Order: sequence, then C-alpha cells, then structure tokens
Amino acid sequence: MITQALILSAILFALGTFGVLVRRNAIIMFLCIELQLNAVNVAFVAFSRLVGIEGQVFVFFVMTVAAAEAAVGLAIIISIFRHYETVNVDNFNLLKW
Amino acid sequence: MDLTLTAMLLQGGQEAAAHTGAGFMPFYPGLILLLPLAGFLLNGWLALKHAGRAARVTRVGGTYDLDGGGRPATHTLPTWIGPGVMGLAFVLTLVNFVGMLGAGLHDPVVIHYWTWMATGTFTVDAAIQLDQLSMVMMMVVTGVGFLIHLFSVGYMKDDPGYPRYFAYLNLFVFFMLVLVMGASYPLMFVGWEGVGLCSYLLIGFWFTDREKSDAGKKAFIVNRIGDVGFLLAIFVLYRTFGTLDFAPIMGGAADTLVYGGGLVTLVTLFFLLAAAGKSAQIPLYVWLPDAMAGPTPVSALIHAATMVTAGVYLVARSSVLFALSPVGSAAVAGIGVLTALFAATIALKQNDIKKVLAYSTVSQLGYMFLGVGVGAYAAGVFHLMTHAFFKALLFLGSGAVIHAMHEAYHATHRHDDPQDMRNMGGLKAYMPITWITMWVATLAISGIWPFAGFFSKDEIIWYTAAFAGAENAPFPGLYTLYWILALAAALMTAFYMTRLMVMTFHGRNRTGEKEAGHLHEAPPIMWVPLAVLAVLSTVGGWINVPEELQASIVGLGGLLPSSEWLHHWLEPITAEAHHIQELQLGELAHSAPFGGGEVAWALISTALALAVVLATSQLLGRREVQSPDADPEPTGFAKVLANKWYVDELYDAAVVKPIQRASRFCWKVIDQGIIDGAVNAVGYLARGFGWFGSLFQTGTVNTYAFVLSLGVLVILGAVFF
Repeated sequence: MITQALILSAILFALGTFGVLVRRNAIIMFLCIELQLNAVNVAFVAFSRLVGIEGQVFVFFVMTVAAAEAAVGLAIIISIFRHYETVNVDNFNLLKW
Repeated sequence: MDLTLTAMLLQGGQEAAAHTGAGFMPFYPGLILLLPLAGFLLNGWLALKHAGRAARVTRVGGTYDLDGGGRPATHTLPTWIGPGVMGLAFVLTLVNFVGMLGAGLHDPVVIHYWTWMATGTFTVDAAIQLDQLSMVMMMVVTGVGFLIHLFSVGYMKDDPGYPRYFAYLNLFVFFMLVLVMGASYPLMFVGWEGVGLCSYLLIGFWFTDREKSDAGKKAFIVNRIGDVGFLLAIFVLYRTFGTLDFAPIMGGAADTLVYGGGLVTLVTLFFLLAAAGKSAQIPLYVWLPDAMAGPTPVSALIHAATMVTAGVYLVARSSVLFALSPVGSAAVAGIGVLTALFAATIALKQNDIKKVLAYSTVSQLGYMFLGVGVGAYAAGVFHLMTHAFFKALLFLGSGAVIHAMHEAYHATHRHDDPQDMRNMGGLKAYMPITWITMWVATLAISGIWPFAGFFSKDEIIWYTAAFAGAENAPFPGLYTLYWILALAAALMTAFYMTRLMVMTFHGRNRTGEKEAGHLHEAPPIMWVPLAVLAVLSTVGGWINVPEELQASIVGLGGLLPSSEWLHHWLEPITAEAHHIQELQLGELAHSAPFGGGEVAWALISTALALAVVLATSQLLGRREVQSPDADPEPTGFAKVLANKWYVDELYDAAVVKPIQRASRFCWKVIDQGIIDGAVNAVGYLARGFGWFGSLFQTGTVNTYAFVLSLGVLVILGAVFF
C-alpha cells in the first residue's frame, strides 16, 4: 500500500517539477509548485502508517505554510501583472545579484 | 612657571658652586640662559597678539599702516624686551667672566640641574659647563649679540614683523648659549639644531617672497647633511666611552683611543662633516651666500659672528680628539684653507654688497678651520672672536648703507636694487660714521697692523708654517701648501674688501640726483654699535700678541699690552691637545718653510696687505663704475667667478636633479606603479571573479529552478550511487 502511495507521490512530484521547469506562465508554475507540495503531503500521509501520527501532523503544517505562501505569491503575481500586464516569467530577470 | 624654573636653576647653581672649590663662584649662570628664553616668550606672545591685530585690521578692509597714528604697544615693547634681556645677559656673563678671571680656574665648572634622560647605563644631564672656552664664546654671543640687537631696533623698527623678529632673535641667542654652555654633546646638539631652526626662520623672515623662503629651506636642508655627521660622531663616541659628557671624554681620550687610529679618525671626520655644514665650508658652504636673504642684522649675528662659528667651537671643544687624529686635523685644515681661497676668489667679482661679505665670511671661517686644524686651537678661537667684531661691524655697516639706500629709493619710488654696489658710490659724504667704521673693519679683515684681524690671522698663518716645519709633521709638504694658499687668500681678502669700500663709499655718487638728497647717516641707535665694534676691531687683537712679536717693532717694543693672554687663558682647555701634539710631532718650527721668523713674516704680510689695499684703492678709484644696466657682462674667467664657479649649477645637476629624478621615480614608478598597482590589481581580480560569477545569475526564475532541480538530482545521485 505504501509503495503505491509513494509511487503516486513520486509521479505527482515529477509532474510538478516538470511543470515548473517548462512552463512560463507564473500562475501555472505556481500551481505546479502546489502540486509538488501536495506530492510531499501524500508521501507524509503514507509514511504515517509506519511511524505514527507525526506524518499527518506535518501535512497540516505544510498546508498552512502553503496557504500563506499562496497568499503572498499570488499577491506578487497580481502586482506584477498590474505593472507589466503579463505574467510570462521570461520577461522578468530582476532576480539577479 | 618661569619663576619656579628660575628658582630651581639658581639653587642648583649655588649647590654646584659650593663644591667646585676652585674659588670661582658662578654668579647665576642659569639666568644667562633664561633671560633670552624669557625674551623669546614675551616677544613671541606680543608677536602673536600683534599678528592678530594686523589680521583684524586688514580683514575689515583697512591697511595696517605703522606710519599713521600711534604705534601699538605690541610694536613698541619688543624694543625694550629684545635688547634688554641681551644687555642683562651680557652683564651677567661679564660678572662671571670677571669672577673666573680672578679665580684662576683650572678644571671646568659643571653645574648639574636635572637628569635630562636616563636609559640603562646611558644618562644625559641638563648641565652647563663653565670654562675658559665657553666663557669666551658667551662673551662674544651676548656682547656682540647685544650690540646687534640694539642696531636691529633702528634697522627693523618700520617692519610689520618687528615683534616676531625680536622673538626669533632672542630664541636664537638662547639656543646659541645652550650650544656653547652645554656640558655634553647631546646638549650641544640641542643648541646646534636650535640655532639651525632660528637661522631658517630668520633667513625666511620675509617669507612672502618665494626666493627668501627658498633660501631658508636651502640653509636648513644643507645643514641637515652636516647634522648627520654630528649624530654619527655622537654614536661612535658613546660606543667608545659610554658617556657623552665633555669632561670624561676629553680626560680619557688619550688612554682610550690610539693616536691616528681608525676610530678617532672616524669621529673627527664625522665632526668635520657637521662643522662644515654649520660653518659653511666646502662642500656645504652653498647655503650661506643665499642666507643673505634675511635681514642684515641677522646676517651679522647668525651668519657672521656666532652661529657659523659653531663648527670652529666644536673642533676647539673636541681638541683632544682632533689632536689624536692627524688625518682628521689635516682634513679640517685642508677644507679650511681651500674654502678660504675658493670663497675669496668668488668674492672678487660679486656686486651685491652682502654677497661680498657672505663669501668673505665663508673665507674667514676657512681661516678658523685652518687654525684649529693645525692644532692652534687658541688661534682659531682668537680669529673667531676678532672676526665676530669686524665682520659684525661690516655687516651692520652694510646694513646702515642698505637702510639709507632703501629709504632713498623708497622716498623716490625707485625700484632698483639697494644692495648693488654699482648703484652706490660716494656715500662717504652722506654717512661719514659708517664710512670710517667700515674702513676700520676693512683694515682689520685685511690683516693690517695694528687692527684685530692682523694678529689673529697672522697667528693662524704662522702656526700653519710652524706646523709644516715640525719635527715629525705628518704631512709636511701638504702643510707647506696650506701655508702658501692661506697667504694667497689673505691678499685676495685685502683686494675684495677694498673694492667693496671703493665701490660703496668712494668715487662719484651713482644713486641719482633725486635719491642723493634722501641719503643720510644712520640714527644713533645704529651707529653707536658700529662705533663700539670699530673700537673692538681695533683693540681686540691686542689681547693675544705673541711673545716674539710683542718685544719687536710689531708690538711697539712691548708697548702693546698682554702677551698671548688668550693663549694662556685657554690653556686649561687646549693643554691636553698640545701635550699630545708635542708628544707625537715634537717641537714646532721657528721659521716659515722658506725661511724668515715670526716677526719677519708678520711685517711681510702686513706690508703686502697694505700694498694691496693701497693699489686697489688707487686702481679702482680711477675707474668709472658702470650702472647695473650698462655694466657689460663679464667674460672669460671673470664670468666664472661672477657665477660663483657654477657650483650652484653643479650641485643642481649633480645632486638636486638626480634626487628629483629619483624622487620622481619613487613616486611615479614605485609608489604609483608598483605599490598602487598591486593594490589595484587585487581589486581588479576581485572584480573579475565577481563578473565571472555573475554570469550564472541570469535573473530568470527558470534558470534557478532548473539548477535547483539539477542540484537535487546530483545530491540524490550521490546518495544512492
């Protein structure tokens, strides 16, 4: 059972990573990151079968942080969109130095 | 603070006096030092106040005019303070001198005040030494100094820097007294450096003139070269003796040092370098002629009578060391006689009245060196003293002339050089006192009987001859040559001094009709010192008439007083040196190299000098002197002399330019090129690395995400495989 769950988790994570790497739309990339986070969540839940309740507790932490992150991230994306009227990350190269 | 210090000095003085036991009680000797120092502090304070006032007046748009309205107290007080402290110091010195004269002192009186520095086994006390030599020097410094201070009152009274002038002059006298009264070489060095400082300050007294401030710097820098010699000699002496006080060194030198050994030769040659710097001898004489940029009384006091004789004093003070080193002594005498001749040749063709006197001073200092170099220390000091009289008189007289010329030109708004003798002529009608007193000094410096210079110069020349003929003279041929050169220089002296007198005072007046009306004799405050010095220049030589001469016609058959008084007076100082000399050289000769006794040569030399003076005045008196503009440029050898043998140019090319180039090399290549280059290279390197690193920072999120993922894969790969 754990094996299947972990395989699922791995597939989801790989999809998420693939999405982050190949897509250019900031929203899509954001969704893909959420996908990665949830892939991790699946793994946590699966492992809690073996090690106890701590795995599920971690999932709640991850979801909380993800929610906060989503709020900040979306706010940034919206303000970028208002400024440039695009969310294509190829247009932004300010994150250097 | 002054009071407590005074009390301390007085107390110390009395304590020491109590256990000298020689019967000589020093009378407040510390005060002789303190008075000029107090004068400096007071005048210096007034000068600061004065400068502040002048600055305030000019700031609000006014001009600081001394002629309009009453003069401020800051300008009138130095008149009393400056010469006042000197007068008191002279009286005190005189009292001590009389005391020493009566006591028949043999060992020097050393008065310790406090320990100046003590490190390990090395201690130097702040102590003064009163003996016959320092007493003679103190008499000259305070006595002639006092007269020159008086003269300065008349000469400088209209100068805006009047209080500053007296502050410097007092400070100079203080340091000069430290130099001659100090009981150890380090203390002497303090005075040595101090007088150098004051010389620099006073040469560049009118510092707004670039040329004058440059002359001050030149004097300072050239003197530094000599000072290195002084310091090195001190180091060697300390290594050898473990102390730097005069008394133990002079007392122990004969036992510690080998006659003619390398060590003592080294010390004496280092001292010679120091003395050549301070006393303007070849090769370091070049600063003295330029030092004439200072006010004329300064030239009289510092650059003729006192400071420049410090080198002679140094040699006389270290007489034992020099007596132990025949090479060192021969070098001193050689440098001296070469300088005497060389400077005299330059003086022949100078037209600036002060330049003639400057080269004459260099030349006369050469005679003093010759004197102390042939072991005639008393004769060297004797010439030092008489030279202080007649050269101070000549400089002050030229000061009176320049003063009159300057005022005449000032009144008519003419801009010619008031120091150029070609502009003078016929001044005897306008300034008879200056004329007569300067003739006295001219006859004295020319070595004409019975004036002071005759006795002192004749004694030096005679001792040179006697030394050359000594039983075991170290370099007899060399000393014979010295003797001939000294005679030649003496004749040149007579010529250039007569030329100066004729061009200045005789012949047709060349100042111009308008200006001639403004010419006038110097005021009493200026001519009284001239008169006193004229008397001293006449009788000053009579204190040391040699025995052989005294009985002869030269001594008027014993009519002239005192037989070798100065010689006997300085005996306690020079005895040790003479003892060594007698031991090593044997009896001095009693005739000149080519025959003739002392009396004969005295008569020959004075007759020759007189003949030169008369011939020169006849020849030059008849020739019309051209004005500076009309005077044709000298040609041939005269041109070489007029240009001072091109020594300044030579030094410029051989020393100054290479140093400038080396400095430029250090600046441009070493400092800016190598050192700055290395620092900059480190910076560029860091920048290059930064640029290379920044290539990985594209700024696009995808790159980062890709690298991040790649990194994760690499780590995972490393973990699992």
